[in-house]
Amino acid sequence: MKDVTIVRAVPGTEAKQTKKSRMRFAPDIKGMLVRAWKERLAYLFLAPFLISFIAFILVPVALALLMSLTSYDAFNAPKFIGFDNFIALLTQDTVFMKYALPNTLKFAFFVGPCGYALSFFIAWLIYQLPKSIRDIVTLAVYAPSLAGGVALTVVWQAAFSGDYVGYINNFMMKFGMISKPVLWLQDPKYLLTIMIIVTIWMSFGVGFLSLLAGLDTVNKELYEAGKIDGISSRLQEVYYITIPSMKPQMLFSAVMAIVGTLKAGAISVQLTGLPITPQYSGHLILNHIDDYAFIRFELGYASMVSVVLLLMSYAALKISYKLFNPKDGE
Amino acid sequence: MQALFNQIRRLTLFEVALLASLLLLAAFLALPIVFIINHAFKPYNELFQFPPTFLVKEPTLSNFYDLFLRSSASIVPFSRYLFNSIIVTSISLFAVIVSCSMAAYVLSKYRFGLKKAVMAMIMLSLMFAPETVAIPRYLIISWLQINNTYFGHILPFIASPVAVFLMKQFVDQIPNELVEAAKVDGASEVRIFLQIVMPLAMPALATIAIITFQSVWSDGQASTLFMQDETMKTLPYYITTLTSGANNTVAGQGMAAAAGLLMFLPNLMIFLFAQKRIMETMVHSGVK
Repeated sequence: MKDVTIVRAVPGTEAKQTKKSRMRFAPDIKGMLVRAWKERLAYLFLAPFLISFIAFILVPVALALLMSLTSYDAFNAPKFIGFDNFIALLTQDTVFMKYALPNTLKFAFFVGPCGYALSFFIAWLIYQLPKSIRDIVTLAVYAPSLAGGVALTVVWQAAFSGDYVGYINNFMMKFGMISKPVLWLQDPKYLLTIMIIVTIWMSFGVGFLSLLAGLDTVNKELYEAGKIDGISSRLQEVYYITIPSMKPQMLFSAVMAIVGTLKAGAISVQLTGLPITPQYSGHLILNHIDDYAFIRFELGYASMVSVVLLLMSYAALKISYKLFNPKDGE
Repeated sequence: MQALFNQIRRLTLFEVALLASLLLLAAFLALPIVFIINHAFKPYNELFQFPPTFLVKEPTLSNFYDLFLRSSASIVPFSRYLFNSIIVTSISLFAVIVSCSMAAYVLSKYRFGLKKAVMAMIMLSLMFAPETVAIPRYLIISWLQINNTYFGHILPFIASPVAVFLMKQFVDQIPNELVEAAKVDGASEVRIFLQIVMPLAMPALATIAIITFQSVWSDGQASTLFMQDETMKTLPYYITTLTSGANNTVAGQGMAAAAGLLMFLPNLMIFLFAQKRIMETMVHSGVK
């Protein structure tokens, strides 16, 4: 492992050195080696994680970038085609433009920012409770995310079942809200909404716990001081004191919300049992990738779509950092 | 109990209203859990009864019986999926705890050349979802020739930036002086790590354990993508075969509910056991 790190470290020094003088190039390699040898323990400790990290995160992302520039069907050798995939996505892929992109944006907006706000609101409410019942309520809210999508699929399928036996149908007919059973999961009108509701329901996970713990770190004296300074309502209290004080946890939770939204793409498949939802009604970008990768075997094109998805989530990360960066606005 | 009543008596009207509505909301959010527990114990006739019943009337173990015994007649019995899940989860858990706490320790307490670069990569990959790069991952797994082996399940999980991050944030709290003092007293690096830092980081250890357990235990992706051999797949994959498409029969739904409950229970027990420690760790979870 140590050798690997040294090899990785050398090109950087080379670039720096050639700028100054080629003469000092050789001794510096030695310096690097000596330094790396001194720090061998650190690299040794880091090795298991780092190797796996490189193999299963770094290299896949790099590979996705490379493959996005090729035409590759898994049987013949990849063929370099430049940005043709990206151009095709923008100009020809009507399914992406008409369904995958708008669906994803809508889904991400409700599950991401709205789910996040709801998560904060519930955490804040729980924090107002006396300490002794907090744990029980927390557990009740956290449990669905603990069970996870796969375990609960059967629940959602039974609840949204399209016949008279479906729980939602039965409940709504009893109260006269609908006159005949609705095919919740098969009707393109409802599928995306149901996906959003179900995902938010299961989204109170690690990020939610982090928010809850973050509320506990806010200095209580600040609230007293705030009252003296003329803060009159709880809303003002949250805006001027609570949120600025727990920005680090807000940021971590936001990052977890992004991951959760990305991961939730499989929910349509779990709910309907179909890889492609009826009339693309629940088609998200992640399903689009799977469609091209594992049904059509256009791996180059699928990689390009995943690069687009990665860029979108990176943008979301940047926005979260802008909003909750603890270093400014204090 | 007395203390609880006293606390409740001291609440203002606003707080009582809040408490009541929050309890309602929590109960509502916990509905799927109540549902799956009841569903798993329902006999066939109650599963598809009209009008549908939410709570079970005559609880039976027939769904669990089907799951364990009837499926043993099929090519790959349920017990095989369960066995795979247990093996994969326990080894992954061990591997993640060891590798991530070692990485977190040096990232927190040591200075070395690549520290900044590694930290930056970890921060960036906190938002990484393996689902987005399923294809390259599949290629790498086949190049390493670890598809259809337990390694294919386990190795990808070791790359867990969230676990390293949470652990590092927690180890940051442990005073450097303590580590220095141990060094002065002649303790070896490994000893400092094992006997000083790790015991103090137990809450964080519990937290990354449960987070990892959750993600490995409920992960169906490795089984779908990396395992072509039916005997190497895990429980979550089996459940999706029960709930999707042609297999979604009457018996299938009862079995799926029973299997779903079996998946949820270990998660719940570990969380209950470690809830305090998890909240302790989460205090330090902030991205600073």
